[in-house]
Amino acid sequence: MIQLYQVSRSFTVGDQEVAALRNIDLSIAAGDYVSIMGPSGSGKSTLLNLIGLLDRPSSGTYKLDGGNVTALDDEQQAKVRSEKIGFVFQAFHLVPRLTAAMNIELPLILAGIPPAERKARVTQLLENYGLADRADHRPDQLSGGQRQRVAIARATSMHPAVLLADEPTGNLDQTTGKEVLNLLEQLVAQHVALIVVTHDPAIGGRAQRQLHMVDGQIISETGKFVGRATPAETKSRAEPDLR
Amino acid sequence: MNLVDTLQFASGSLRGSLTRTLLMILAMSIGVAAVVVLTGLGEGARRYVVDQFSSLGTNLVIVFPGRTETAGIGPGMLIGQIPRELGLDDAQALLRSRAIARIAPLTVGSTQISRGALNREVVVLGSTADLIDIRHMSLSQGQFLPAGDIHSSESVCILGAKIKRELFGQEPVIGTWVRLGDRRFRVIGVMARQGESMGLNTDELVIVPVVSAHMLFNTSGLLRILVEAKSRDTVELAKRDAEEIMFERHNGERDVTVITQDAVLATFDRILRALTLAVGGIAAISLSVAGILIMNVMLISVSQRVKEIGLLKALGAPAIQIRNLFFAEAILLSGIGSLAGLILGQAGVMVIAKIYPSLPVSAPWWAVLAALGTSLGTGILFSVWPARRAARLDPVMALARS
Repeated sequence: MIQLYQVSRSFTVGDQEVAALRNIDLSIAAGDYVSIMGPSGSGKSTLLNLIGLLDRPSSGTYKLDGGNVTALDDEQQAKVRSEKIGFVFQAFHLVPRLTAAMNIELPLILAGIPPAERKARVTQLLENYGLADRADHRPDQLSGGQRQRVAIARATSMHPAVLLADEPTGNLDQTTGKEVLNLLEQLVAQHVALIVVTHDPAIGGRAQRQLHMVDGQIISETGKFVGRATPAETKSRAEPDLR
Repeated sequence: MNLVDTLQFASGSLRGSLTRTLLMILAMSIGVAAVVVLTGLGEGARRYVVDQFSSLGTNLVIVFPGRTETAGIGPGMLIGQIPRELGLDDAQALLRSRAIARIAPLTVGSTQISRGALNREVVVLGSTADLIDIRHMSLSQGQFLPAGDIHSSESVCILGAKIKRELFGQEPVIGTWVRLGDRRFRVIGVMARQGESMGLNTDELVIVPVVSAHMLFNTSGLLRILVEAKSRDTVELAKRDAEEIMFERHNGERDVTVITQDAVLATFDRILRALTLAVGGIAAISLSVAGILIMNVMLISVSQRVKEIGLLKALGAPAIQIRNLFFAEAILLSGIGSLAGLILGQAGVMVIAKIYPSLPVSAPWWAVLAALGTSLGTGILFSVWPARRAARLDPVMALARS
């Protein structure tokens, strides 16, 4: 479902080109549970943003459901985001002035779904995520776990094919973090491709496919070496960049 | 995202920062109110002048002696010659024109009026029976000057309302005698209270037959002749006829001035309308200042809501939708602001009307429309830049900001 061919992304910092992703090849199928792990600065968030169409690769091709989405313009990409991709953030990113129900409703409003259907879906989601009695609460009246549950309900309201979670438990204590992970993992059973970015091996280890990234490259998947780096490159990776 | 949802979302975010929203609405409404009140005042002044003129009579043509042309000093003036005066025969000759319905010669002087021990200075107006209809005056009791021979010099007079009150109080007045200068006049009528109109206070006048006035003041000239044309269409014809008749009677000299009331009125109308526009324009400047305020606050709002904008983008809102959201906010702000301004302005106009009842203040419809248009226009115009800025935000950067 998700196919990346030779995807690179580099940023210009000052007058220097900094490569955040180097020639990534990756294929993720529907119902895959993938974790991306690696030290900070290894490019895992950049990879997630690219998959989520929040960013564009500098080179390479990204196919989603068989279609080449790198070729789409911003507006078409927004439509794909709306219909196929859900995000869960570390900082929840709920709109503070909106109630839990309204936050969940937001993607449906943006997609232009009629009010009656919106209401039905929101009620169902509140029910599913145990938030029925919190519907009219604002984010600042909710606990961290409840906030992330609202965020997950929001991310799934459009029935996305891909769910991207960037450190979803980063702002939660261990118990609530586990609960949130359980909720996310239930979605995998519903054939959603779940991609979790984390630096915590305990969380990443729960995924069927575990990708390890270093310096903009996927160096191994679930323990085995998949990187295509030449020995010379591997060596340069091991040594600090002296430039 | 449909229109209702867009507006709902925008109003939600406006309510999210209530103080800021209210302040912007206030700025906008003061601008609109200023336009409404100031143009209302200007328009009131214009209508006041127009009303005053029409209270002088309709289809009026006025003839007065001398040319009011500024063609330098004529030789006659150097030797102290005054223009030929207008006589009663001149006035009567005007009736030869088919375009002229009736005339009223006017002569004015001031003298002492006395009744017993009471006396005061009054302005005496000499005229004829038709004056009351031509000038749209009315009596409170008795009758006006008798119709008939223009040369008759009956010793009758009509008192202004204030003169009557001062000399007679509540006593009956018709048929009694008063002394004007060195002649005695019988009171046959009293004018209704009318107040001042174009600098002439009919409440403090005494009206006598024109020949009686001539005798009283020992003159034979007329101050002016009021001419009423038969209809609105014949006013110009009446003016030309009056000029020709005078030209003929004065041995081929054009030594009178004939003006139509409409010409004077049109001039005043133009001047006051221009004034209204100017004042309204100045008020509109405050509207554009309010527009800049909206832009400023929208820019602040965009930078404060970077995360929210990033989130909306991540949730699948295309750039155009984000822009529309900010547009909707601007439209709501300036819409509510101009509505509040309209109410505020109308309230102001009502207060002014209470304080100055004689001034017919009311904002003209075109000024109200212009104020609404300007406020909505500036609101939208000045939100273009902030809205574009919001729409162009990079979602990754926006979400990463803490």
